[in-house]
Amino acid sequence: MYQTKYHRPASIDDAVAALAAAEDGKFLSGGQTLLATMKQRLAAPTDLVDLRGIPGMSGITVDADGVTIGAATIHADVAASPEVAAAIPALAALASHIGDPAVRHMGTIGGSLANNDPAADYPAAVLGLNGTVITNQREIPAEEYFVGLFTTALEEGEIIKAVRFPRPKRAAYQKFAQPASRFALVGVLVAETDDGVRVAITGAGSDGVFRAGAFEAALNGDFSAGALDSASVDADDLMNDIHATPEYRAHLARVLAQRAVKAAG
Amino acid sequence: MSTGIGARVKRKEDKRFITGQGRYTDDVRVDNQAYAAFVRSPHAHAKVTSIDKSEAEAAEGVIAVLDGRQLTGDGIGNLICGWAVSSKDGSPMNMGPWSALATDRVRYVGDAVAVVIAETKQQARDAAELVAVEYEELPVVASSTAALEDGAVQVHDNAPGNIVFDWEIGDEAATDAALAGAAHVTEMRVVNNRLSPNPMEPRSAVAIYDSAEDHYTLYTTSQNPHVARLVLSAFYNVAPEHKLRVIAPDVGGGFGAKIYIYPEEITCLWASMKTGRSVKWTADRSEAFVTDAHGRDHVTHARMGFDANGKIVGFKVDTHANLGAYMSLFSSATPTYLYATLLSGQYDIQNIYGNVKGIYTNTVPVDAYRGAGRPEATFLVERTMETAAREMGMDPAELRRRNFIGSFPHQTPVIMTYDAGDFAGNLDMGQAAADVAGFPARKAEAASRGKLRGLGYSCYIEACGIAPSAAVGSLGAGVGLWESAEVRVNPVGTIEILTGSHSHGQGHETTFAQIVGERFGLPIENVSIVHGDTDKVQFGMGTYGSRSGAVGMSAIVKAMDKVEAKVKKIAAHVLEASEDDIVIEGGAVKVAGTDKQMLWHEVGLAAYTAHNLPAGMEPGLKETAFYDPVNFTFPAGCYIAEVEVDPETGVTKIIQFTAADDFGTVINPMIVEGQVHGGAAQGIGQAMLEGVVYDEDGQLLTGSYMDYCMPRADDVPFYRIEHNKTICPGNPLGMKGCGEAGAIGTPPAIINAITDAIGNNDLQMPATPLKVWTALQAAQKPMAAE
Amino acid sequence: MTKVSMKVNGKAVSRDVPDNTLLVEFLREQLRLTGTHVGCDTSQCGACTVHVNGRAIKSCTQLAVSLEGAEVTTIEGIANDGELHPMQVAFNDHHGLQCGFCTPGMIMAGIDMVNRYQAQGKDLTEEAIRFELEGNLCRCTGYHNIVKAIDDAAGKMTGMARAAE
Repeated sequence: MYQTKYHRPASIDDAVAALAAAEDGKFLSGGQTLLATMKQRLAAPTDLVDLRGIPGMSGITVDADGVTIGAATIHADVAASPEVAAAIPALAALASHIGDPAVRHMGTIGGSLANNDPAADYPAAVLGLNGTVITNQREIPAEEYFVGLFTTALEEGEIIKAVRFPRPKRAAYQKFAQPASRFALVGVLVAETDDGVRVAITGAGSDGVFRAGAFEAALNGDFSAGALDSASVDADDLMNDIHATPEYRAHLARVLAQRAVKAAG
Repeated sequence: MSTGIGARVKRKEDKRFITGQGRYTDDVRVDNQAYAAFVRSPHAHAKVTSIDKSEAEAAEGVIAVLDGRQLTGDGIGNLICGWAVSSKDGSPMNMGPWSALATDRVRYVGDAVAVVIAETKQQARDAAELVAVEYEELPVVASSTAALEDGAVQVHDNAPGNIVFDWEIGDEAATDAALAGAAHVTEMRVVNNRLSPNPMEPRSAVAIYDSAEDHYTLYTTSQNPHVARLVLSAFYNVAPEHKLRVIAPDVGGGFGAKIYIYPEEITCLWASMKTGRSVKWTADRSEAFVTDAHGRDHVTHARMGFDANGKIVGFKVDTHANLGAYMSLFSSATPTYLYATLLSGQYDIQNIYGNVKGIYTNTVPVDAYRGAGRPEATFLVERTMETAAREMGMDPAELRRRNFIGSFPHQTPVIMTYDAGDFAGNLDMGQAAADVAGFPARKAEAASRGKLRGLGYSCYIEACGIAPSAAVGSLGAGVGLWESAEVRVNPVGTIEILTGSHSHGQGHETTFAQIVGERFGLPIENVSIVHGDTDKVQFGMGTYGSRSGAVGMSAIVKAMDKVEAKVKKIAAHVLEASEDDIVIEGGAVKVAGTDKQMLWHEVGLAAYTAHNLPAGMEPGLKETAFYDPVNFTFPAGCYIAEVEVDPETGVTKIIQFTAADDFGTVINPMIVEGQVHGGAAQGIGQAMLEGVVYDEDGQLLTGSYMDYCMPRADDVPFYRIEHNKTICPGNPLGMKGCGEAGAIGTPPAIINAITDAIGNNDLQMPATPLKVWTALQAAQKPMAAE
Repeated sequence: MTKVSMKVNGKAVSRDVPDNTLLVEFLREQLRLTGTHVGCDTSQCGACTVHVNGRAIKSCTQLAVSLEGAEVTTIEGIANDGELHPMQVAFNDHHGLQCGFCTPGMIMAGIDMVNRYQAQGKDLTEEAIRFELEGNLCRCTGYHNIVKAIDDAAGKMTGMARAAE
């Protein structure tokens, strides 16, 4: 790892100031991706601004409208929260399969979303559940938040404070793990919401997480696994690597969507 | 509780490991410690046109930046392959030069061109990035297939067509004739996938140069420290043997990858002399993927002929073995004498012919990895048998039974003389344990859940011990393959065993103590094992090829024979009895049929006080033996895998895995079972998860655990293990060896089971969900067309 | 350089370290607690697993300076006055280790999973143990005896908790 300067600001303002003062700074949260990337010498921030010392950044609030999760909340706490499991069981289940137990003890929802790895799980939750990313500057709807591979709508100095998930009528997440990394080779979140069915797919898309319009259309007409028998996602838009061809990813997307529909009940 | 042969004794060595007090090479830190970082080629094949070290030399903390011209200029020799294999035309193998630091040309991604020595690890790595190497890229051959194409670039100038050797075994004409007359011929194209051994401890070296004595000490992650010292001295000219001490302390797994003496260890030793600092290097996992010798990587075409009764009449095999960019220490032996000599499998086959081409490519050097040649042979033979049974409409177990060798010794047409075995008994035992009779019902039940069940066999045989010396010498080995032992009985009667074997997980500190404790009636706490230090143990050949029991323990037995003889002489003298009447039991040395005895420690004391020894006897009680085995040993067994495939996703789950092994005498069943567990997991890894992948430019696509899939706890089942025990006649304990069986026997059982489940025999390893799903699609297409 | 203070195995420690020092480097090189190992560089093998504030984490993927004031427990700190932790005993009883390199991480992960499942009142089944071991690689044992060891220790750790009540 290259040399870097570590900062632990006590407020959002201090964090923003620290980043602004840095030559090439990065916000640090759980560090489970950023530090790993730095160890590989693929990232070399001059400064790391740790957001975990800022009061009020972590914690889970559940109310009638939905679930709000502080950005510095670790995956393990989301997974183990009885309140989350009661309100949006799909969200708790999704969190319980991110990384491995030790990673879930450090990795945070804010860090995951700011990084927007195309094979991460949380982007599927935010997009599929029609979540809102709350920052120090604004509220960003899911639709606008995910821009592309490792790219988001976050501006320089913009910090995720929390993520709000409205309660769906029903939802489920199905993940097919890449055998080696155990990231999502394909992950599908299916949610029936007040505004119709949403299907978000992670791990597969060449541009990162995306909504599967054909699946949504089919499920809006008939929320059953069978409704997806003849629906498909376009393999041309999917990633190709040694672990899966686009065709296989497209096939898995449909199978997992069907399983998610069944699991959603 | 008994601690003797056959007892499940808990391991003595565990305490330091479970309390965090194991001492591995990277745990060693000495005074004056500096750190090495290597500058490695990002290109698979290129000329090195210039190296500019100035910026790196000026960087903070840098002590020296050293390159290949300096290394060769100091007389450090090229790396060697220690086993000479000749081509069928009699010509010697075409070995290209391999310098620890490349001078003018790099031949694989990761080939080292320079090393930075700095005060800290970080400084060394930072500075390594500042070494400016200019390359002129050359065309690349990244697979054996590409290397053999017309006009392919040559990896080494002295290996035309990239062929290192074109070797053969057996009688081609007779085999061709047998196949021509066969009632049925099964043809196979089998790829044995390339693997990375991945011991969990990355390789590491701490080199210490003492200028006052002109003496070197090397702490290193080695399975065979004496061989390392020999090679470093005799071939690499680092230092003469008496000026070089090699210590392999606790070593975190080997699996073959830590047999070899790599460029990094050589360079660290040399750099410690150049800089006057002790130099430490520990590989990252990413570095391990591009420097640890890979394993397997065969492409084979084979034809097996049968008569009308299903009796094998001939087997013809053509194998292309990818040896990588340079010839590693035993790379020539692995795809020849450790592979094609086992093409007879467990079967009586009168006509066998094997042709093996060793091929240079622009990839990491390939050498022995757990099983080494024998997994490749077993996979080929057992996949072919299963396929033939399917083609001929026979039960695969029955086809095997019809062809089993039933009487011993049995001379195969490919050198080996099998000395003992019970192949039908192993199969019976495996079938009973796996409840093969109940399989149809289980398959039907799985089908009712939409799952595809399959069952696959593997009846493996291996040749272990890798000896006798004269025999392997006649086949080209550059070293003898005996083992040494020294038994030191202290004046208080406790015992130290010095062994040339090296334990890096095998539990020698326990099992070796068990055989000593049993022999002399002593508690195993009174016996300690000394290994892994060339200053303590005189010489030894190390641990690989499942040899520590059959060869290493045999040497201990031979040394104990000498100790026993002397003990009896002393006791007979002191007790005024005949030597023939002396017996050793229960920690005492007794005159049979009387109440006269000396306690064990009293004999020890008598030997060292020397107050009352037989006339002419030397004082002391310490004996050494060098044991050279009379034959290879032949562990064999039957593995049965039962799998369930999810046709929607191609995911395979191993429902049940049964191993019926014949290892001969078992010293500690707990440890032997552990060896099978670990070997089977590696076999499952090869069959379903692991594969080194290069792109056509020679870039490694599986350079970390993000893409190279290691078996995890939820990838594997509990293993069911049975032991058949036919005694090996070739060594005093009757042992055959157990370290590699799991890795050898498992892959074909798994693939036979998956192909049985999916109804498509065209499936190569690793059978990932993608490949299984793809094979399922292919299998279903004809049905869809109907 | 930044001064960092934490409690490691019950003892207060304080060192000036470069900001890019990983916790595992702090433990191994500054404190010479070499029982915590490094087996990969992508946070997957788990040989570096330690407990921070009672939870298992990968010490290779956390900066030492970010753990100011933390309580860290390593493999060297789990025996109680020389009496081995039940998880350590179980690994010996069940032959849950061979080369020993992954073992410290396995034991720390094992203790963590038992603690969590017992705190949540969940049954630590064989399947659950295998799932929970996703972040810990072993190349020697084929996991068979590791799973058995953790299962056995889980029973004994329940007993310990009850006995302490």
